[in-house]
Amino acid sequence: MTAVDTPPSANVGTTKLRKEDAHLVTGRTQWTDNLQLTGMLHVAVVRSPMAHARVTKVDVSGALEQPGVVAAFSGADLADHWAGGLPCAWPVTEDMQSPTHLPIATDEVRHVGDVVAVVVANSRYGAADATEFVDVEYEPLPAVVDMEAALADGSPLADTQLDTNRSFTWQKIDGDVDAAFDSAPHVVERRFINQRLIPTAIEPRAVVCAPPREHREYTMWSATQVPHILRLMLALTCGVPEHELRVIAPDVGGGFGSKLNVYAEEAICLVLAKRLGKPIKWTESRSEGYQATIHGRDQIQDVSLAFNEDHTIRGMKVELHADMGAYLQLVTPGIPILGAFMYNSIYKMDALSFTCHGVLTNKTPTDAYRGAGRPEATYAIERLMDEAANELGVEPFELRERNWIKHEEFPYTTIAGIEYDSGNYEAATAKAKELFDYDGLRAEQQRRRDDGDPVQLGIGISTFTEMCGLAPSRVLGSLSYGAGGWEHASVRMLPSGKVEVITGTSPHGQGHVTSWSQIAADALGIPFEDIEVRHGDTAVAHKGMDTYGSRSLVVGGYAVQVACDKVVAKAKRVAAHLLEAAEDDVEFDAGTFQVKGSPDANTTMQDVALAIFAAHDYPEDMEPSLDSDATVDPENFSYPHGTHLCATEVDTETGAVTIRSYVAVDDVGTVINPQIVEGQVHGGLAQGIAQALFEEAVYDAEGQLKTGSLLDYYVPGAPDLPHFTTDRTETPATTNPLGVKGVGEAGTIASTPAVINAVVDALRPMGVNDVLMPASPQNVWNAIQAASSASTTAASAADGGAA
Amino acid sequence: MTRVGMTVDGEPYEHEVEPRLLLVHYLRDVLEKTGTNIGCDTSNCGACTVHLDGRSAKSCTVLAVQADGSQVDTVEGLAEPSSDADETDGWHPLQKAFHTEHGLQCGYCTPGMIMAAKDLLEENPDPDETEVREGLEGNLCRCTGYVNIVKAVRTAAAELREGASS
Repeated sequence: MTAVDTPPSANVGTTKLRKEDAHLVTGRTQWTDNLQLTGMLHVAVVRSPMAHARVTKVDVSGALEQPGVVAAFSGADLADHWAGGLPCAWPVTEDMQSPTHLPIATDEVRHVGDVVAVVVANSRYGAADATEFVDVEYEPLPAVVDMEAALADGSPLADTQLDTNRSFTWQKIDGDVDAAFDSAPHVVERRFINQRLIPTAIEPRAVVCAPPREHREYTMWSATQVPHILRLMLALTCGVPEHELRVIAPDVGGGFGSKLNVYAEEAICLVLAKRLGKPIKWTESRSEGYQATIHGRDQIQDVSLAFNEDHTIRGMKVELHADMGAYLQLVTPGIPILGAFMYNSIYKMDALSFTCHGVLTNKTPTDAYRGAGRPEATYAIERLMDEAANELGVEPFELRERNWIKHEEFPYTTIAGIEYDSGNYEAATAKAKELFDYDGLRAEQQRRRDDGDPVQLGIGISTFTEMCGLAPSRVLGSLSYGAGGWEHASVRMLPSGKVEVITGTSPHGQGHVTSWSQIAADALGIPFEDIEVRHGDTAVAHKGMDTYGSRSLVVGGYAVQVACDKVVAKAKRVAAHLLEAAEDDVEFDAGTFQVKGSPDANTTMQDVALAIFAAHDYPEDMEPSLDSDATVDPENFSYPHGTHLCATEVDTETGAVTIRSYVAVDDVGTVINPQIVEGQVHGGLAQGIAQALFEEAVYDAEGQLKTGSLLDYYVPGAPDLPHFTTDRTETPATTNPLGVKGVGEAGTIASTPAVINAVVDALRPMGVNDVLMPASPQNVWNAIQAASSASTTAASAADGGAA
Repeated sequence: MTRVGMTVDGEPYEHEVEPRLLLVHYLRDVLEKTGTNIGCDTSNCGACTVHLDGRSAKSCTVLAVQADGSQVDTVEGLAEPSSDADETDGWHPLQKAFHTEHGLQCGYCTPGMIMAAKDLLEENPDPDETEVREGLEGNLCRCTGYVNIVKAVRTAAAELREGASS
């Protein structure tokens, strides 16, 4: 498929203020925790305070005596309801080791926060109070915390039911890697640590489940990104038939991957609603969520690049250790695997080997966090390109440009075997350098180096691409992913000329209602205001694959466009019939059907919708309906790209880092709503910068989470972040009719290496070649001290040699 | 149980409550005024920010009994009733500016952010970018990266100054 010429349109490409905002700015919201149902009971969860232990006793009788307590259950009490445990839908290898993940543990707890019992009471506070009276006895087991030690012979086991901590080793080799490295004139090799992060959507998770009463079905409201997946998975694991379970994602306050899952508390609320016949509510506290909601990243990356004399890349080797945590959640093992296609990034090379060891530990499970596998890969390759430029003595942009795929080389099949449909790295880079005043800042940097300024200026580059828009189904199938990547939309033409668009995506801040309205308005010629977009309720949007992986526009928006095109095709037949013209003689433009050459012979989409509703006069060979639906399965992923530049001021005496300026030029193809796209980039940048400078989930040697609340886990506030200068280049995607690419994760993927490259660049004259993330004053200061003691040692060794 | 009475968004309320009941739970669970949200349990995120006797306060760090006799204002009481077909006519300039400048995405932090910004602008009607950022230090947003929140607050400040001078 090639990009089509889109006609000039009134909506697509312009900023329309969001339809979503009215109830959000006035407080008339429907978050899951807002729900109060008649007879509703509250659940509080008793969690393991130990990282790894045998559970020798769970006695809930004390809790049952507390005021207001209705019921309390141990894992054994409810074990029959979920025989198979919570699902992992991405078995990356046939022999993958996966601990059985019961929503309530029975014999063994495997991380701090693992559920051991639940208490149900008639009030929020009453349930929480009563958890103190559940008597649990633990027999401590050794905690497995360090990934590499976990794979050593004789390591204790993170799950005593398994005989290894190695969940899987997954490998992909393209080209002749040995040949690439054996005779290479230059090899650059590094170990990078991609630290563990906690997603921290500002709305904590919450679940409400009502039993069948009026509706012969269970209704679950959950703060989830994935109502459709959740419905299917709960039906498969909790013994409630799929058609008797309705899942609603009401207003959802951010997700970033953390609500892309099937969680113990969702299964617990469903089973308790079944068991007790009452509506059940659970809302996590932030500190509870830090133990119970998935974490992200946590990889050790050993990477190397082999270069020719002319500085072209010969090949790359990647060996990862990826911390799965204690259980494989919905897509845990697949996250690092996505990197297999991304380490080569925008660069041409003849060989790439990728090996990933998935390791089980006694920590909260990891899973998708904004970017999911691609930020890690991008961090490693963009850091490594800067290290290589330094070792080879070339300008970092020059090295990148020598190796990147040229604009005229698209479409380009990468060494990893996927085809990048489009891109223009030259254009994005040129624009970014100009906005940043790259040459001016380099000159200032040199002056400050020459002057020995205690505050050094660093310039960081990230020329990134990513694969997103999770589709196409056949490719996902070849990677053992448990589902397809298609998306569904339907369009209902109402008799009054208004329109309902139903989407299978499930927005939680992304503005789909507005953007999908813009797509439908142009496609149907119906005013933007006359369109409503419905989503996030399996009874309304019966079919969908939900929202994650920057997929919603490139797959879901595409489906909306196709469904609208089908409506137009049907309406054209009806219009031709009503206008007594041949269908081929009728033209459609901006909502009007007109007979060619007869300006007075016309009718509107709205009139056709009313006529087909009345159904008094319509073509004999069609049904009296314009309504249409579409399920699209794109032929390829989406490959947004861009050039990000960061300038940091690094105080070499204190280690303090300040971002002085940040320029992001992104190419996300055709843009539906510039304001929403810019907002997505801003938010992505904030999270990527947060990884670089502020955030880290820390466990001690016993597996205790030391960053267990927002007091200790530093989510940046407004004073911590700079203004962002953003701009775009537009190279339309050729793999969907809208020409759009994903945008939700791009900022996060690009920004982390830009910032760390800038910090390292500032300190390069001091001999610093890496700084651990987050580049806190302590980590920066340590890097400076380590470099300075290394140079002292080297100097005294040299002196000793001379004497 | 203790009897508390307070005015919330202009309406008087009286209830028997547990002395330990947090103001935010009183608002959300007892009064069913769910416009004010809870995002943490350590007073870091500011999602629950309301005005207590005219000054911003995190309602998760105040007991309902401490607010006895007080005037509480939440985001729900911010807009003037609008007779016009366009409901945004009645919105507070901050509500309008968050909308026009795209100062929200998921919207969960927004009620607290708006109430904190209102307090900031009452203290400093013409803050520069740095002053806005520092003034909103106690409110976390995970979606926007703050750039458009800063813009929204400064846009609203300009409108409020214009309104005050005309």
